[in-house]
Amino acid sequence: MTDLALERRARPPMRRITAWDRLKVNRNWLGFWFMMPAAGFLILFLAYPLGLGVWLSFTDARIGRDGVFVGLENYQWLSDDAVFWMSVFNTLLYTGVASAFKFAVGLYLAILLNQHMPFKAMIRAVVLIPFIVPTVLSAIAFWWLFDSQFSIISWSLRQLGLIDANINFLGDPWNARWSVIFANIWRGVPFIAITLLAGLQTVSPSLYEAATIDGASRWQMFRYITYPLLTPIIAVVMTFSVLFTFTDFQLIWAMTRGGPVNATHLMATLSYQRAILGGYLGEGSAIATAMIPFLLAAIMISWFGLQRRKWQHGEAND
Amino acid sequence: MASVTIRDVVKAFGATQVIHGVDIEIADGEFVVLVGPSGCGKSTLLRMIAGLENITAGEIRIGERVVNNVPPKERDIAMVFQNYALYPHMTVAANMGFSLKLRGAPKSEIETRVRRAAEILGLIPYLERYPRQLSGGQRQRVAMGRAIVRDPQVFLFDEPLSNLDAKLRVAMRTEIKELHQRLKTTTVYVTHDQIEAMTMADKIVVMHDGIVEQMGRPLELYDRPDNLFVAGFIGSPAMNFLKGHIRGNGGLAFEGPGGVRLPLAVAPGASEGRPAVYGVRPEHFALADDGADAEIQVVEPTGSEIQVVAKVGGEEVIAVFRERHQFNPGDRIRLKPDPRLVHLFDEPSGKRLSA
Repeated sequence: MTDLALERRARPPMRRITAWDRLKVNRNWLGFWFMMPAAGFLILFLAYPLGLGVWLSFTDARIGRDGVFVGLENYQWLSDDAVFWMSVFNTLLYTGVASAFKFAVGLYLAILLNQHMPFKAMIRAVVLIPFIVPTVLSAIAFWWLFDSQFSIISWSLRQLGLIDANINFLGDPWNARWSVIFANIWRGVPFIAITLLAGLQTVSPSLYEAATIDGASRWQMFRYITYPLLTPIIAVVMTFSVLFTFTDFQLIWAMTRGGPVNATHLMATLSYQRAILGGYLGEGSAIATAMIPFLLAAIMISWFGLQRRKWQHGEAND
Repeated sequence: MASVTIRDVVKAFGATQVIHGVDIEIADGEFVVLVGPSGCGKSTLLRMIAGLENITAGEIRIGERVVNNVPPKERDIAMVFQNYALYPHMTVAANMGFSLKLRGAPKSEIETRVRRAAEILGLIPYLERYPRQLSGGQRQRVAMGRAIVRDPQVFLFDEPLSNLDAKLRVAMRTEIKELHQRLKTTTVYVTHDQIEAMTMADKIVVMHDGIVEQMGRPLELYDRPDNLFVAGFIGSPAMNFLKGHIRGNGGLAFEGPGGVRLPLAVAPGASEGRPAVYGVRPEHFALADDGADAEIQVVEPTGSEIQVVAKVGGEEVIAVFRERHQFNPGDRIRLKPDPRLVHLFDEPSGKRLSA
């Protein structure tokens, strides 16, 4: 017995623990390496272009010629540029109106799709069509719908006797603005509708039964149950929607190229036109950089909207 | 407060009929428990009273009023759901006051009524909390508070305790019963747990496959089950059933499986050799020299009593003893049912054979 105990104790002395040994089992060190691929990717493809863009906005770089640092000259130039200010106005109008309508229509559609009805799965799939069609394709379709000569809308209204002459959808500044906004709404609604539908489906049906017994009308159920429970997901989806709309480029470029007379230029399209087509990289970058404060403001608003609400705190075992 | 009358009620979902003509009379202030295995239609019936399901045929009255086509909010009922269905974004106070708010009651009235209900349920310290911050039992109480605040004619409970752990369930059982004794509101309570039914009900309605098997006071059902289903459903551990024949010759007795002879006290208007089922509750066995031979399989002491699983004539039976006998698996004992307390059921109809 005693021999056994002694034998057990007589193991070789433990090797000294080196710094490398400690590093090998350090969770932070390991975590750092796990994080590196993603971080590298982000730095290379997001942070670097962003930094480069901001740097370019402080230079007079042109295509084919490295610029020199000129300070705020580009911004001073833009502050006197009516076209730039119009693009800012257009962008805000475009984002504001389109987002509001997308939200309203999307929410309405989500609630409709959440009802029991025949062919539910098929109808839900159909709703997604505007979202899955390539933007340029749908933009070209709208371009035809809004064509000054062959527009089916003008034709239909003429047949109905409501108008005498074709509507100049994309040729008149305000008509053009409303037309591109309409196209954007059409394209953006499915994303919001489907996301909100997913949110609606997380609301327990028994809450509606309880509310029925509590005496709530359909509107009161929406007002006091559905809407408040949906606010977290509304905050997420509207943040994305606003960001996508604010930075929209494809739809405008395919439909109007910013015309007529810059009336539908958004900051993104104007930036592209000045930087790539015009060759003034510095000025184009300055326009693009000028979008950052607006986007930050939008993110800040949704940041506070996204905060977990008080009722979401606490145990989740319900 | 009001009585509830259910007359010949039928419910069908499409072509599938799930409730086949149910008649129940619930007196004013009575605590009625609908009990039965899952799928027996008890919850559907409750939801029909609430107005959450429409009534395919028949009639439901609350008080004197036929409510078949009355929307839920005008039925003056309150319901407690199995998952409580508390509004997660409202505080306890707002949850409880929601129905009053919808009715447009003045703020002060809502506040006093919520406070009164919260006092009854001991929820005063939690009024400003959200459901997520409460324990299961507290949520359960809030759900009841929501019902109390409305001061309805009828309370409906849909398996309210099945999400709670065993200990809390027992405590809440008592609380609900006390609440009923205090408020005396007509209550319809659905559960699948026969112990809940036995302990809480003034009247139990045992349902099975969409029909009422039996209805009556708890001990009535326990002492005189109408049929095999009720006999097997009420009581825990369940009643033992032994199939065999009635023998009249040479002293009244029952011939069970393997020729075991079991005592009978009264002749149930039955002829010699009539096939029947012999039912005996586990606690109605005694050890006696003239009992049936039994071999012990398993011994389960619970502290207050000893449960014994034994084989009688090849059939397993359960016997319960309050005395602390020294039993071991494999022991042979002699089990004698108390002939005054045995039940006889017709085979194959399962109806009670009464003397």
